[in-house]
Amino acid sequence: MSNEATLHSQEVIHGAAHAHDHGHGHDDHEHHEGGFISKYVFSLDHKTIAKQFLITGIIWAIIGAFFSVLFRLQLGFPDATFPWLESILGHWAKGGRITPEAYYALVTMHGTILVFFVLTAGLSGTFSNLLIPLQVGARDMASPLMNCMSYWAFFLASVVMMASLFVQTGPASGGWTSYPPLSALGDASIGSKVGMDLWLASMALFVVSQLLGGLNYISTILNMRTKGMNMTKMPLTIWSFFFTAVLGVLSFPVLLSGFILLLFDRHAGTSFYLSDLFVAGKALSNEGGSAILYQHLFWFLGHPEVYIIILPAMGMVSEILAVNSRKPIFGYLAMVGSMFAIVILAFLVWAHHMFVTGLNPFLGAFFVLLTLLIAVPSAIKVFNWITTIWRGNLRFTPGMLFSIGFVSTFISGGLTGIWLGNSSIDIHLHDTYFVIAHFHIVMGVSAFFGTFAGVYHWFPKMFGRYLNNTLAYIHFWATLIGAYLIFWPMHYEGIAGMPRRYYDYTSWESFKQFADLNHFISIVVIAVFAAQLLFVFNFFYSIFKGRKVTTTNPWNSTTLEWTTPINPGHGNWPGEIPEVYRWPYDYSKNGKDFVPQTVPLSPDEEKEGHH
Amino acid sequence: MDAMSLQRNKIHPHKYSLWIAMGSITMMFIGFTSAYVVKRAQANWFTFNLPIIFWISTAIILTSSATIQMAVKQFRNRNMQRYKQLITLTAILGVAFALCQWVGFQQMNDSGLRLNGPASVSFIYVIVSVHLLHVLGGVVALLIMFGKAFRTRVRSYSSVPIEVAATYWHFVDGLWIYLLIFLSVAR
Repeated sequence: MSNEATLHSQEVIHGAAHAHDHGHGHDDHEHHEGGFISKYVFSLDHKTIAKQFLITGIIWAIIGAFFSVLFRLQLGFPDATFPWLESILGHWAKGGRITPEAYYALVTMHGTILVFFVLTAGLSGTFSNLLIPLQVGARDMASPLMNCMSYWAFFLASVVMMASLFVQTGPASGGWTSYPPLSALGDASIGSKVGMDLWLASMALFVVSQLLGGLNYISTILNMRTKGMNMTKMPLTIWSFFFTAVLGVLSFPVLLSGFILLLFDRHAGTSFYLSDLFVAGKALSNEGGSAILYQHLFWFLGHPEVYIIILPAMGMVSEILAVNSRKPIFGYLAMVGSMFAIVILAFLVWAHHMFVTGLNPFLGAFFVLLTLLIAVPSAIKVFNWITTIWRGNLRFTPGMLFSIGFVSTFISGGLTGIWLGNSSIDIHLHDTYFVIAHFHIVMGVSAFFGTFAGVYHWFPKMFGRYLNNTLAYIHFWATLIGAYLIFWPMHYEGIAGMPRRYYDYTSWESFKQFADLNHFISIVVIAVFAAQLLFVFNFFYSIFKGRKVTTTNPWNSTTLEWTTPINPGHGNWPGEIPEVYRWPYDYSKNGKDFVPQTVPLSPDEEKEGHH
Repeated sequence: MDAMSLQRNKIHPHKYSLWIAMGSITMMFIGFTSAYVVKRAQANWFTFNLPIIFWISTAIILTSSATIQMAVKQFRNRNMQRYKQLITLTAILGVAFALCQWVGFQQMNDSGLRLNGPASVSFIYVIVSVHLLHVLGGVVALLIMFGKAFRTRVRSYSSVPIEVAATYWHFVDGLWIYLLIFLSVAR
């Protein structure tokens, strides 16, 4: 069994498959090229599925970011009214001011959408699909059908989540973590009624999508590499997608277990998470449950989830930094090893989200230690990125700028993780704006920078055109400066003890001093949001009108995706799949600018024992 | 199959995917059983005996593992008549297993062990039903294969699908044994 055979079994034959069909003399062209539905909608081509993930992710990103603009209006201008809000949100913004219920719904949906729908599905869904077959040298995924189902499960999850925004009682509003008892009791808040059920249904579909996708990514990487492509000749992007998929496949099912128990608590009268509760003055019959149990199940996924988000960005940044520095990546094996260490540690640190739940302080000490250990592989990676670009022949393409921006935000956000990872400091900082600042910079902004870097770098491969550079540079600087202006001040608010998730701070003597700061942050948020719309315009405009790519290898890169035609069909290579002889980072070697992976080793290289 | 099969693929990608999927399903049940362990360590844990019929269903699912293994053998020998009989028998045993579990739930319910009772009881209902869903998924897969065996226009001689189904079937069987032992020991 092989790449070809898998494609055959899915009845989609293209490119090299012609070789077989010649003998039989049937023309398979209209058979698979034709049909809008099979080409663009229920496509089995990994490249089309990648674009579907990307565009769905972009739509969700606009919605999720717009929600943050709306709740920042409340935080930055607590006394002002905006009549236009009432015209779009109706009674959720009576008199032009967002109601507390709407505020919580917006915050919850912002988190859910960005964490799951944009930075998980939109990021790893897009680039794992696009790059795995292209960079390991495969015609398609191990199972193109499952891959297609993965996207459509995500699409269904999106439809359900979108529908929940329009139900009468509003979407889920108990925070993106959906902690019980609030999320378990429909009477506890209006956001815990049908909106919560739709949230759970949508997330269950999302988990299915992630599992179908993850299975495929892993088995493609392990089974379908072209001849010569050993594991140690894979680009770091592929390693990162591999580790991401492993994390997802092992941690999402546990989240599903937690959701199933939550559904039973909501609808079957069980008491897994509920005990000794009073709602509206009435005692509930639920007895013996433990809300902390949910937190354990949730954070067992929840913590790996942040690495599911950041690892693909790390992989792409490694690749883009090496290509645009014209230098080999520094410490390839250390990069792989540190990603592996992160994967292992990811499963052992979940309780650092729970230091203030009454966790045994003795147990907490272990979680502190393991959490701080993550600083070691992270520091190795940062060191290697910096040494990769050190004295390199830098080309400041937009992808390169976003990659450097990624390293910057990853450092500044990562350092505050060392503060929060200490249980004693966390007692003060827990649930303050310091936490918001930390995870938005290290996970949100960094992952977005990785995504943008990937989009700018691989857009030519996706659409055969370039994005506009001027708009890209404006986008980069506005986003980098804006992100720091938004999140840096939040550290100070957090250290001063300003709690997160509050609707209004004006009546609070200790935090009145931050009114101007909040005002400022909100204005920057609006500006940065506008800059993202610039990117969205650039993206869709360039698909149709961008400058055309005229060479198959526009970045002079060594990896296999640039050996395909400018607009590859299904099957990727028109002829044989190229064979691989060397690792993907032969830049500036023996007087040559770059040596593609498909070039056989020279006798000299063989003598010196090449990678 | 063609030139490309010179690649050193020791295992079919679909089989590989199945192994990862089984790892994933295992994680889900590890999630459930660790929740059970955490909950059990807390106060007011209620103990009771599992319905006896769960042991009968165990015998049934063990038998079905044997029948599906025989089906794989018959398929490899191109003995399609026997193959069809055996996968039908396996599917029937799967349904019988489901019925036994259902009767077990009824017995628990009749003796006052209700779903909305103590968490230890609720856990049995949830864990056993989620496992049952996985068994029924296997039954659906067998029905699809049964339908395919009757197709006359397209004949498939690849034993990969039945092997994948058989591996999955053994997996849900093993999973049930694990759950039964776990739930009996950690009462």
